[in-house]
Amino acid sequence: MKTENQKAWFFVLPVLALVAFNALIPMMTVVNYSVQETFGNNQFFWEGLTWFEQILRSERFHAALGRQFLFTFLILIIEVPLGVAIALSMPRSGPWVSVCLVLMALPMLIPWNVVGAMWNIFALPDIGLLGYFLNHTLGIDYDMTQNPFAAWVTIITMDVWHWTSLVVLLAYAGLVSIPDAYYQAAKIDGASNWSVFRYIQLPKMKNVLTIAILLRFMDSFNIYTEPFVLTGGGPGNSTTLLSIDLVKIALGQFDLGPAAAMSLIYFAITLLVSWLFYTLMTKDDLN
Amino acid sequence: MALVIKDITKVVRGVTHIKPTSLTLDTGHFNVLLGETGAGKTSLIKMMAGLDPIAAGQIEMDGTDVTKLTTQQRRISLVHQFFVNYPHMTVYDNIASPLRVARMAKSEIEDRVQEAADILKLSPMLKRRPHELSGGQQQRCALARAIAKDSQAVFLDEPLANLDYKLREELRELLPELFAGRGAVVVYATSEPEEALLLGGKTALMIDGRVAQYGPTADLYRAPDTLTAAQIFSNPPINHAPMSKQGNTLRMGNIAWDATGDAAGLRDGEYTVAIRPNHILPNASDTATVPLTGRIGVTELSGSESSAHFDFQGHGWVSLAHGTHPYQIGEDHTFYMDAAACLYFGPDGSRAA
Repeated sequence: MKTENQKAWFFVLPVLALVAFNALIPMMTVVNYSVQETFGNNQFFWEGLTWFEQILRSERFHAALGRQFLFTFLILIIEVPLGVAIALSMPRSGPWVSVCLVLMALPMLIPWNVVGAMWNIFALPDIGLLGYFLNHTLGIDYDMTQNPFAAWVTIITMDVWHWTSLVVLLAYAGLVSIPDAYYQAAKIDGASNWSVFRYIQLPKMKNVLTIAILLRFMDSFNIYTEPFVLTGGGPGNSTTLLSIDLVKIALGQFDLGPAAAMSLIYFAITLLVSWLFYTLMTKDDLN
Repeated sequence: MALVIKDITKVVRGVTHIKPTSLTLDTGHFNVLLGETGAGKTSLIKMMAGLDPIAAGQIEMDGTDVTKLTTQQRRISLVHQFFVNYPHMTVYDNIASPLRVARMAKSEIEDRVQEAADILKLSPMLKRRPHELSGGQQQRCALARAIAKDSQAVFLDEPLANLDYKLREELRELLPELFAGRGAVVVYATSEPEEALLLGGKTALMIDGRVAQYGPTADLYRAPDTLTAAQIFSNPPINHAPMSKQGNTLRMGNIAWDATGDAAGLRDGEYTVAIRPNHILPNASDTATVPLTGRIGVTELSGSESSAHFDFQGHGWVSLAHGTHPYQIGEDHTFYMDAAACLYFGPDGSRAA
């Protein structure tokens, strides 16, 4: 006799509904837009893959994608080693632990648009603390509203300031989970500080660092608010990252079709790179 | 080769953990640190290994002052009670790690790892990782790491405490072979009197952060300096009760016997008598002659021996004898004490005879 219990579906239903409403349905709307042209009045005309072709051939998209990769690459190679270094230098016990943890967590508690606004004011050459100091005290010509290089230095510094803590906290969590006995064993083996880091601390931090890198990759690849508030994508297009460009196309020019196609390509790239990262970083664990 | 410590002291936040301690530990036999939990065995080992700072004193290895050297600079090995191996390395790499750090030639590393693995029966599992091994194998791996290296001193901090009975016996039998002919000073911390006796060599009896007595293990067992030392070096706990001497008669409550041997030299007065449970037997014999009657509380049978806890004039005493004996719990039973095996301690706890 065949017994089937259909009750299970009932239990999956809430999750299904939740995922449907916050992911599937919005995404299908985007898919719908990406293959049609609309001029308002809710009139749609079938366009097939035209928008995808247009985006993939667009130099503007290539430039924004290039800037996006550069941004993510720069913040990852700064934030990950810096975060690990800070985590290593934090005390592992005693009253200073909580002080350090709170100080580290502070930047992450600030809303993203506030971070952008803060750094904007901070970096303004005539009134900002940093801008004024660099220009008038040190005599360095620094103006993020005019100079693309200065603008890049500012958005990178801002992101490092805002998000290195995440790497620090995750790396620190990995570090404190290492029993003292390992350090003692290493000392007795005569291991140098470098060997201790390479053979004890790094392997123990590997899992949390994988998570940190993935999170930082996805977050920085999708970043919008902070650079938008800080530079608005300027000067010129020099800090127009993918998401800023996307919003310009979708809401500035109201080209919903190309914007939808771009969103899907953007999503596919994020997914692909995340998958690559994850596969590469966890491949040792499989064998 | 000798490890000499001179008046080393450990102070943590104003509290003295290790009182000035001096010892000369030699190679060729086990140097056992015997003491209860918290007596300072691990602290002393960590100080000798350079893992914990010493407040005062000096440590010499092979005639060289190593007090100021870091742990990395001392040529030592340490095996913990819990099994410490690098989790992401194979057994081979674990054993080889101190040799690699010492920049030894590859072929030499291979030879040494093989040799250590052979003695410790780890050869078939060199490619495995520690978490794939049983507890006993993990500890053998840690021991292999300790012997593969040329150490001047090997510290074993209760290495068998976390193993079950069978494995413990097995590994303990291996230990003398492990260190024979290596020229290292072997320091072995344990809280079990039997283990100290089985390992032989010399024993330093630790009480409250100091070495109370140091000498050949058998001598320490036979002639403890103080009542506390006798208590620590006895399992089951040594029996003791107040006693007085008058003339040639020793009196303990309503029990009296003639003073012979060492006890004959005691001056009249109040003492504490202590006697190990294996000198109190359920039946009279040539040596066990002094009868004591007490109510049986708990009896235990452990293999070929049986022990009985009984109330003797308000003191909880234990008898330990070979064979099984038909004790009736709650009934009075007359035991016989071997008076020649009694130890006598003065009012200050130090041994009188």
